[in-house]
Amino acid sequence: MKASTIDKKVLYAYLEEIKDPEVPVLSIIDLGIVRDIKMNDDELEVIITSTYTGCPAMDMIATAIRVELNTLGFKKVKVTQTISPAWTTDWMSEEGKRKLQEYGIAPPDKRFAIPKDGVECPLCHSSNTRLVSEFGSTACKALYQCNDCKEPFDYFKCH
Amino acid sequence: MSNLINYTLHLADNALILGQRNTEWCGHGPILEQDIAITNISLDLVGQARSFYQYAAQLKADDSTEDMLAYFRTERDFKNCLLVEQPNGDWAQTILRQFLFSSYQYFLYQELQKNSDETLAAIAEKSLKEVSYHLRWSSEWVIRLGDGTDESHSRILKAIDELWRYTGELFIPVPYEKEAGVDVSLLKNDWSEKVKAVLTEATLPVPENIFMQTGGKTGTHTEHLGYILTELQYVQRAYPGCEW
Repeated sequence: MKASTIDKKVLYAYLEEIKDPEVPVLSIIDLGIVRDIKMNDDELEVIITSTYTGCPAMDMIATAIRVELNTLGFKKVKVTQTISPAWTTDWMSEEGKRKLQEYGIAPPDKRFAIPKDGVECPLCHSSNTRLVSEFGSTACKALYQCNDCKEPFDYFKCH
Repeated sequence: MSNLINYTLHLADNALILGQRNTEWCGHGPILEQDIAITNISLDLVGQARSFYQYAAQLKADDSTEDMLAYFRTERDFKNCLLVEQPNGDWAQTILRQFLFSSYQYFLYQELQKNSDETLAAIAEKSLKEVSYHLRWSSEWVIRLGDGTDESHSRILKAIDELWRYTGELFIPVPYEKEAGVDVSLLKNDWSEKVKAVLTEATLPVPENIFMQTGGKTGTHTEHLGYILTELQYVQRAYPGCEW
């Protein structure tokens, strides 16, 4: 398949199939880490950015992009990483935030970076919650507990 | 160009060595959440180191790679400051080292993001978000330990005694910093005020007129660095180029 003859929107739809290995409910499009797709003559270049500099998922994501696009018939695929402009949680789509909530992870809330309390519990929706630890199971999450339903949950940190 | 390469390596080495030190806590943290916290900080630091090493390799324009720069340079080639290579000691010493260094890195990256070199500026801008986090976390711990029990207070006092002598070097520029980097002497006031505010809240004294050790930035290290590199570089030295 010739890269230059295909609609960019279609390519973005393909990339929707690639999930964040750490948060498999989010696609890399939801996460907002795909910065651009360049269509050269016979080569596709996908430009991505990392959420946190040390995110160990980046290499897996780059491989997944190449495999997905190769499978669809694009023979030459290049994935490049950019660091500027720096990723923030503002790049995450509204759809992504909704999916996080359903999955049991409280989505980033612009009103506060790491609130001591008041993050809405993704299970019972109470705001009577407390911070357990600023660092969670991955670099992008913090750990909370709901004081009402007692459920411990992750909060995707505002970054 | 060589000044820019050396400066980039200095920034990379600082992040790598402190990251490596913090990983020694993996599985040994005082409680699970703090074990996760300190190793998350490692992950951020190693991520920052990778960005700087990749850029240094690109600037060298020979066959260097980020891995070669991390795994095949010897002690004298490392340009990290002495503070980051100091042993973990107890939790108080690890916390204080992180706090002293994160507050330095915080003001450093704020200036570095205005640097005329676009790549260094971009790495600084991205890393600053992470460092702000490390600074807040370590500040809270310094206060908790200083203003905690007699035991925790005496432990962090001992840590101040142990580590303070390595803070002077942070603000004395070496030639490659003067040519390519941030003027670190200008960071000293902001750093001192931040550190003083936290130590005061923690009911801890701020040392004055202490003899300061220097040399790390130009390759003269304490005895500890060699041991860190021995562990860090072992696999690549024994099996050069091996991959997972």
